[in-house]
Amino acid sequence: MGHLTLTGIGKDYDGVEVSRDIDLSIEDGEFVVFVGPSGCGKSTLLRMIAGLEEISRGEMCLDGERLNETPPQERDIGMVFQSYALYPHMTVAENMAFGLKLAHADKSEIKQRVEAAAHTLQLSPLLDRRPKALSGGQRQRVAIGRTLVKQPRVFLFDEPLSNLDASLRVEMRVQLAELHRRLGATMVYVTHDQVEAMTLADRIVLLSSGRIAQVGAPLTLYHFPESLEVAAFIGSPRINTLPVTVIDPGKRRTGVRLPNGETLPVAVDGSRLTAGDTATLGIRAEDFVTPDTADALLQGRLGVAERLGYETLAHIDVDGVEGTVTQRLDRLACLEPRQALTLGLSGEQCHLFDTEGQACPRQVEIPGIAR
Amino acid sequence: MNPYQLIKLAKRIGFYALIALVMVYAVFPFYYAVITSLKPSSELFEVDYWLSSVDVGNYVQIFTQKSFVRAIFNSIIVSLSVVFIALLLGITASYALGRVRFRGRTTVMLVILGVSMFPQVAVLSGLFEVIRSLNLYNNPGGLILSYTIFTLPFTVWVLTTFMRQLPMELEEAAIMDGATPWVTITRVFLPLMWPAMATTGLLAFIAAWNEFLFALTFTLTDSQRTVPVAIALISGGSQHELPWGPIMAASVTVTVPLVILVMIFQRRIVSGLTAGAVKG
Repeated sequence: MGHLTLTGIGKDYDGVEVSRDIDLSIEDGEFVVFVGPSGCGKSTLLRMIAGLEEISRGEMCLDGERLNETPPQERDIGMVFQSYALYPHMTVAENMAFGLKLAHADKSEIKQRVEAAAHTLQLSPLLDRRPKALSGGQRQRVAIGRTLVKQPRVFLFDEPLSNLDASLRVEMRVQLAELHRRLGATMVYVTHDQVEAMTLADRIVLLSSGRIAQVGAPLTLYHFPESLEVAAFIGSPRINTLPVTVIDPGKRRTGVRLPNGETLPVAVDGSRLTAGDTATLGIRAEDFVTPDTADALLQGRLGVAERLGYETLAHIDVDGVEGTVTQRLDRLACLEPRQALTLGLSGEQCHLFDTEGQACPRQVEIPGIAR
Repeated sequence: MNPYQLIKLAKRIGFYALIALVMVYAVFPFYYAVITSLKPSSELFEVDYWLSSVDVGNYVQIFTQKSFVRAIFNSIIVSLSVVFIALLLGITASYALGRVRFRGRTTVMLVILGVSMFPQVAVLSGLFEVIRSLNLYNNPGGLILSYTIFTLPFTVWVLTTFMRQLPMELEEAAIMDGATPWVTITRVFLPLMWPAMATTGLLAFIAAWNEFLFALTFTLTDSQRTVPVAIALISGGSQHELPWGPIMAASVTVTVPLVILVMIFQRRIVSGLTAGAVKG
């Protein structure tokens, strides 16, 4: 079992609050990813769970048992570090066996567990090597193996892939997902990479300046962000934002005036807004529609086109909008420098955020995605 | 040969000439000591730079002196004890100073640094009283105590600096593996700190081995003396004769082990002293 509950967790460093009001329940066997910009307190939270940082406030329980005062080694929680932190003077096998040895486990038991872990992680031929003689990916697997042999109830990963090069990262990501499927253990994973978060997580916990901004399935965060912060962090390229004026707040549709004067009925519950408020319209790069089905149009000129092979990202200068608006286009889209482009906006596809950055609840159903 | 090549050649010659000069400056006194020690006393004051015949009489003379052999033995005991104690205390202190966060850590470090600035003479009389009251006068224990006092600041500083450079995550991984601080120090940090330990240990050894002032002040009898004092007290047949031969033989005898030690550990010394200077 590995049911982890955090209640009102907070952390102070010398009187400075770095983490607050963390309420979270992680189910047994769940893969939860903490994600957020650097300095949002995600690593601190992970280290509090591990026991490497003291919990200043709140309570942490594993399967109903309070763990706040329990030292790290007695928590039955294993952690994989960003820099692997392998013991350089020990072989792979010794690295993995170290914790068990300190716990005075039976020798044959240690051997058997190390071999099983090595087999799982395809490390068997490397057991006699020193970390120095391993590649980055292999070191990472040893670091995971070291945690694996202890068979903890909860696995913690602190940005485990950030030291690997891009192609290896993709490979290890798949292997991690595979490992989780096979072990069925509870895993908590910290990353600043939203792709890792989207692909690995059962649930994403998006942290921002020390508190939880939103918790939910990856696609829920993508399609129903509760704040501009979440919308901006999840998704690449970043969500486009336009300054708009509210003209007709409503329960099902909220009318707004675009920078170019056109009006757009956005499918959100804007009943807490009042006419004349400024607001932020959010629209993802792939959510523009063809002009004939659009509720409103924006005119612009092509700035830079990024051809990625499988798609084209057009960065468009739109009148009255600071910065550029990014549109996702077909991979072979015909584009000329400074070509005039028309962007079609549909009220169903847009997000609306008030001046505090809070989202107005979207009034659309997307099949298969819970709110 | 064109001028460019000429300049290059001249530079090269100059370079090696400079090296030769430095070599002579550094090695010649030692070389001359070796030569002198291998001469019979009758030829002692003839200046030659090459040895025509080898005479080990001086060596036989000093090694048949019981007090000198005893002094070597004392020196070994004292130096090894100092190294052992200094490293043990240094490692544990450096863990506390390098890894444990506590109020006044910087102050402690600065005090340690400040203490190491005191000249020996300044503390001599005070230390003498301490050693008398501890009943360690004319006892190797007194020397071990006083040498350790002077060695520890350096040991602690070097080891603390080194300890700080070991990645924090390594210690945290050990904590997650259930290691106590003592297990972390002995089974994770110690194997990684060999270069620093070899450096500081060797320097502590050399300092203790060569120390003269305390050794002279805190010992009284031949049986408790260490080598530097014993050498200084080698006397000739009369008040007006300095027995250069035996003195040189004794000096060479006690210097050679150091030279060998330094040669064995030289790579470690360099890597220990420059540790963390560049990423590697």
